[in-house]
Amino acid sequence: MSDRISLTIDGRQIEAEPGQTILEAAEEAGVYIPRLCWMKGLSAFGSCRVCTVRVNGRPQSACTQPAAPGMVVENDTQELRELRRSLIDMLFIEGNHFCMFCEKSGDCELQALAYRLGITAPQYPFMFPQRELDATHPEIFVDRNRCILCGRCVRASQELDGKHVFGFVGRGAGKKVAVNAESGLGGTDAAGDDEAVAACPTGSLLKKRVGFAVPVGQRRFDHQPIGSEIEQAQSEE
Amino acid sequence: MSTPNTRRVVIEPLTRVEGHGKVTLLLDENNQVEQARLHIVEFRGFERFIQGRPFWELPVLVQRLCGICPVSHHLCAAKAVDGIVGAEDLPLTAEKMRRLMHYGQMYQSHALHFFYLASPDLLFGFDAPVEKRNVIGVIAEYPDLAVQGVMMRKFGQEVIKATAGKKVHGTGAIPGGINKNLSIEERDFLLQDMDKMVEWSRAAVRIAKDYTLDNLEAVAGFGSFDSNHLSLVRQDGAMDLYDGNLRAVDSVGDTIIDQVSPLDYLEVIAEEVRPWSYMKFPFLKSVGPEEGWYRVGPLARINTCDFIDTPEAEAARKDFLSLTEGQPSNVTMAYHWARMIEALHAAEKIQLLLHDADLQGEDLVADFGGRREEYVAILEAPRGTLLHHYKVDENDQVTMANLIVSTTCNNEPMNRTVQKIASDSISGAPEITEGLLNNIEVGIRAYDPCLSCATHALGQMPLEVTLVDRQGRLIDRLARPE
Ligand code: SF4
Ligand code: FES
Repeated sequence: MSDRISLTIDGRQIEAEPGQTILEAAEEAGVYIPRLCWMKGLSAFGSCRVCTVRVNGRPQSACTQPAAPGMVVENDTQELRELRRSLIDMLFIEGNHFCMFCEKSGDCELQALAYRLGITAPQYPFMFPQRELDATHPEIFVDRNRCILCGRCVRASQELDGKHVFGFVGRGAGKKVAVNAESGLGGTDAAGDDEAVAACPTGSLLKKRVGFAVPVGQRRFDHQPIGSEIEQAQSEE
Repeated sequence: MSTPNTRRVVIEPLTRVEGHGKVTLLLDENNQVEQARLHIVEFRGFERFIQGRPFWELPVLVQRLCGICPVSHHLCAAKAVDGIVGAEDLPLTAEKMRRLMHYGQMYQSHALHFFYLASPDLLFGFDAPVEKRNVIGVIAEYPDLAVQGVMMRKFGQEVIKATAGKKVHGTGAIPGGINKNLSIEERDFLLQDMDKMVEWSRAAVRIAKDYTLDNLEAVAGFGSFDSNHLSLVRQDGAMDLYDGNLRAVDSVGDTIIDQVSPLDYLEVIAEEVRPWSYMKFPFLKSVGPEEGWYRVGPLARINTCDFIDTPEAEAARKDFLSLTEGQPSNVTMAYHWARMIEALHAAEKIQLLLHDADLQGEDLVADFGGRREEYVAILEAPRGTLLHHYKVDENDQVTMANLIVSTTCNNEPMNRTVQKIASDSISGAPEITEGLLNNIEVGIRAYDPCLSCATHALGQMPLEVTLVDRQGRLIDRLARPE
């Protein structure tokens, strides 16, 4: 216990285990730091920057930055909320995210973050990219229109499923999630119950024929904003 | 069809019709209206947009076609998808929940049309000033009626919410079933107002009937003409708004087709393309493109069915048909009366369903049987027969979609109605009167057309009428302020 680390987040004193990231320590203390590419149980990737906080005044990604004694962390500030809003906004406009008929709606972390951050309409023009849908697998499909390149499927496939189904190819605007078979998803050893499928935060990688089986009102984010479970866990204690 | 000897009268856009419409009247040399063309901007890009999407998305995807009757598209697509997955018999809970949703939709749509869009014409007369002949005028002079209209619409929307999860663009129907049942709380909430809804629907039938009978002389010929009528009917000939087979009768009630499965629609219906319109013209193949066009919607449904399986609506149907001695009614303005009979039927059906314990069942989705690559579903939407036809490949992606919406079926009938009204009005002087404008609007509105089947805003749109001679010169223009 003596080696616990003490730091402050938005003025509140919290404690961290050695080796914990700021994001993990905050979560344990009931403070939600928005995130997208980070997922419990997977290695950190540090790509989406939604978890950006200020550490002693300098911007850092909370999901990769280890907690250190005496750190002064800013999380829920006007400036950071605006930064996150812009990041989410850009993810929306650079893909084709039509929430109105997406089966992940109400259950999608991207959409839920947009709601939590108060985004009602994007401030940048839509790019309407041409993206492909790969439905060659009998149990799952990937709709790249909705991919935000978070890499969660890539890591989950390797780290949890012990497979290498997904990876990234291309650069910049041409970057996309690829599968390790020429013939598409159907040619890989992916399976419907793979953790990789469950890891996708959006409606990009999905099980087939599930669709809208969960009624409106019973979906994950129908009644409370994303992150509430972290905040409530603390307040209930 | 335009000949060098015709002149054109252009009327645009129509007020109080969903979407945008523009009417061209083709005059011959003697200033007789030779033909009327209702130009409808239909959102056809949708069928291509659907291509490549996974088929289970269809019910939620296609309801975006329409902000007015999304539930009809939702359920029609769901029925088609049932066929794709081979779900032959839906569990009772699923079938009845979907029907409840459909009757809720029918009820709210008919209430919207009758009270918001049609009642100003009926209550104040077609020639009443536009400033008065609108829903605000109804609220001012018939406040009780206006409140009833609002409450009836709201009730229908609550039924939709309880079945689809949301009042507009919910998710309820899924392949082979439904994603929720009706909770006791939802049921009891709806039951609170149920008796009132039946009572008000009864009263609405009376208003529509009295209006028709009181003005019979003026109404009977107004935009009217003999036509064929088409709708779904149940196996036993009963009106069925959710499911059934196709039946068409001619203007005197003789059967043209009967009990034709939706899967065989291509054998009995074809669509004609005309160069001046994006919208197609469906017709019955056995009768041919010249005479084979038909009307759909409330009037057609009352004309085609043998009976209605709820007592009050059945009595109202008999009453309705007694005017034509049991034969089909070809009176265009009788659409309103027929529409309110259906609203009463929907209310009776909702009442029965709310007292049916099957709606609290837990078995929501059928087992999937043999997978199909193609399927066709038809249902009766508020405005008439709606058809969805899809093909799906081995990867579950949609490869083809064909939708025939009710407004398309009523395309030719609406043109006929406008032609009739215009030729009765324009004879001699090449000018557009306010009266003609009014009458054309009233005639088209009888069909309750949803002109764009895309996005549209409710409310008043400015009306502009232009009279152009055969050289394309502007002769007369009449515009309403925005
Ligand atoms: S498919 Fe999903 S999990 Fe994979 S990178 Fe795209 S959004 Fe992330
Ligand atoms: S969650 Fe930290 S960078 Fe994505």
